[in-house]
Amino acid sequence: MPPFTRYTLVGACAFALLLASGEQGRAQTSGDHQYTSADIEAGSRVYASDCRLCHGPAGARVDGVDLRLGQFRRAVSDEDLREIITTGLSSSRMPAFDLLPAELDGLVAYIRAGFDPSGVAVKVGNVARGQALFEGRGDCSGCHRVNGQGPRTAPDLSDIGAIRTPAALQRALLDPGSALLPINRPVRAVTRAGETIRGRRLNEDTYTVQLIDSDDRLRSLVKADLVEYEVSRTPTMEPTTLSGEEVADVIGYLLSLRGMQ
Amino acid sequence: MKPVQRSWLLSLVMGGVLVSGPLAAQVSYDRILSASDEPQNWLTYNGDYSSQRYSGLDQITPDNVDDLELQWMLQDQTFGAWQSNPIVVDGIMYITERPNDVMAVDAVTGRVFWLYRHTPSEDASVCCGANNRGVAILGDKVFMGTLDARLIAIDRINGQPLWDIEVADVNLAYSITMAPLIVKDKVIVGVGGGEFGIRGFIAAYDADTGEEAWRFYTIPGPGEPGHDTWEGDDWAHGGAPVWITGSYDPDLNLTYWGVGNPGPDWNADQRPGDNLYSDAVVALNADTGELVWHFQFTPNDGYDYDSVQVPVLVDMDWNGVASKLMLWANRNGYFYVLDRVTGEFLSGTPFVKVNWSSGLDENGRPIPTPQPPGSPTWPGNQGGTNWYPPSYSPRTGLFYFAAWEDYATIYEKEESIYRPGRSFLGGGFTVLAPVPGAATIGIGRTTPINNWTDEVGHGTVMAMNPHTGELAWKFEQFDVSDSGMLTTKSDLLFTGGREGHFHALDAWTGELLWKASLGGQIVMAPITFMVEGKQYVSVISGHTLVTFALRD
Repeated sequence: MPPFTRYTLVGACAFALLLASGEQGRAQTSGDHQYTSADIEAGSRVYASDCRLCHGPAGARVDGVDLRLGQFRRAVSDEDLREIITTGLSSSRMPAFDLLPAELDGLVAYIRAGFDPSGVAVKVGNVARGQALFEGRGDCSGCHRVNGQGPRTAPDLSDIGAIRTPAALQRALLDPGSALLPINRPVRAVTRAGETIRGRRLNEDTYTVQLIDSDDRLRSLVKADLVEYEVSRTPTMEPTTLSGEEVADVIGYLLSLRGMQ
Repeated sequence: MKPVQRSWLLSLVMGGVLVSGPLAAQVSYDRILSASDEPQNWLTYNGDYSSQRYSGLDQITPDNVDDLELQWMLQDQTFGAWQSNPIVVDGIMYITERPNDVMAVDAVTGRVFWLYRHTPSEDASVCCGANNRGVAILGDKVFMGTLDARLIAIDRINGQPLWDIEVADVNLAYSITMAPLIVKDKVIVGVGGGEFGIRGFIAAYDADTGEEAWRFYTIPGPGEPGHDTWEGDDWAHGGAPVWITGSYDPDLNLTYWGVGNPGPDWNADQRPGDNLYSDAVVALNADTGELVWHFQFTPNDGYDYDSVQVPVLVDMDWNGVASKLMLWANRNGYFYVLDRVTGEFLSGTPFVKVNWSSGLDENGRPIPTPQPPGSPTWPGNQGGTNWYPPSYSPRTGLFYFAAWEDYATIYEKEESIYRPGRSFLGGGFTVLAPVPGAATIGIGRTTPINNWTDEVGHGTVMAMNPHTGELAWKFEQFDVSDSGMLTTKSDLLFTGGREGHFHALDAWTGELLWKASLGGQIVMAPITFMVEGKQYVSVISGHTLVTFALRD
């Protein structure tokens, strides 16, 4: 019999309660980080009158652009979107639109909400400012690696913008515990020889576990050779203390990370 | 070619014939009837008519199991989950691979004598992969059901097709994935298509000619008893497929079959009524196909709780009376004991967390407790267990099966319109995950990396005491398991799982005695056989059929 008891079941039940109580991830996010439903509603009217003819009802009629899914040719941040809408693109057929600030905010909100009036429209800030925060005060690069730079302690984020929605990134920043994927939970193992190994799992089965340890080494451990083995539900990462604007900037930077192009 | 070489070649061929010649008796019905008297062979999908998957071989024991070593491997050249179960007759193994290949293999070396390939119609539709679970054998013929719902008889010596008949209309999405069952002179099969609005049935065919002898519809037609458990024309496309091989009691002349889910799968509101004989076991007269009794596990099922488990037939004392029983760990999370003479419900107990029902009444009918929309249901869609063949050891008196624990799904129902041959699902489901967007358990392994972890469910080998409904022991795995069970007279239990570990456990205690990491998911049941005094154990992991025996 495997020598380890299961200790993660309580958590699964806790999540069941969360689910029963409604869509998780919405209630806990504050207004600073996302647009209001009134913004989204206003944006849907602007879209219908000014944008739908070319971009289509589902937002995917222009090659290489899917507004509803957040796929753009150039834009990453909300700022980029505002600029393209208000100045147009001479290199394509995108004209310039003269919108009121509230209309412009609404349109960006409608796009960020995935055209869903009841959706979540996370604010996406400035990429360069986001990168500065990521590498500086946000203290992200102390654990996360991007494009070959930084430690491998936490998951590599080089392609995170291609595999996460803005809402998921926001959740990870504000409440990492609710966003930490099971496989990424920190593990601690103590061998018979007394060595303590900390790291992040890559794979696990009944008898063994494969991980990256805190010294960036690939380790494969046989559970029967361990005297202690713990998987923690508490992420190493603390909820961010950055402001709403700054979180939007970091999200903007993360969304710009699309992996090797 | 010079004469001398010819005769040299001839003697080689003769030599080959001589090796298997003295043993190559026909597989008569009497031999299948007494299959447990020749444990060196594995004559049916489930080993014998009782489907206990218990072997009388005892050369490999708890004391020497450490000396198991690789004998040979056979690689599947077609790929996809390999769910097939070999049968072995006098040193020759008959095994299918995707979609509908049959091979005759030397069971000692793993080298292939012949391969018969049936290419199914491109119109074939299956929910869950181009699976085939094996063949049946009678006389000089091997029988295979096909993905395009045909039944084919093949010469077991040279691999030539002898007859090939349509069992059902492929354009209505009928298919056959199970290994047929031979009873007397008939070949019995059931049909798949429970996700496509078929009307399920079990049918028997003359083994010599392929002529249909009888057909039992698993949904009663107008005027038949049970028809009133359906409304309107729901019965005509209500599913109730049969995709796992049944069992047979020769004394009662009854053949037992587990019936699958009603359709559309997840919207029970769309088909009011009990929906007989979906999610039931039916006992049929083996000569006529006449229904003798039935027992329904999950009336008006909205959870896809197919009752396609193998009916395991056991003779044992029940409350001090020698009884003919049927043991059944159901996908719905309950373990049942039934009287297989009458179909009477004797006991039922949950073996995993169950919240779709608060218990069973005195007749074994579940008390439904449907969960609010958006809330998780235990067990989840793949069930507390599923089609993975269980085993019963008459020595330990325990019933062994693969269970999924801590696994739940959230169902969504919607109205589906029946269109012939098209999906008819009535909604869908998601697996309960601890974190939004986390990876969850899929229908099979597609990668060697487990990034969903045991937090969304894990596998357990359960050793059930049928008298108490309590576990004698359980053996836990990190990932879930679709592996069947094999027990032996030497009290070994062989089983696998999606991780690709092949384990030998002590059947009394569950202690791990030996294991081999074979590297691919094990989604069938191991078998054992003996050739020239040497016991072998075969199992399929990933795309490889692996055979072990003791070191010489």
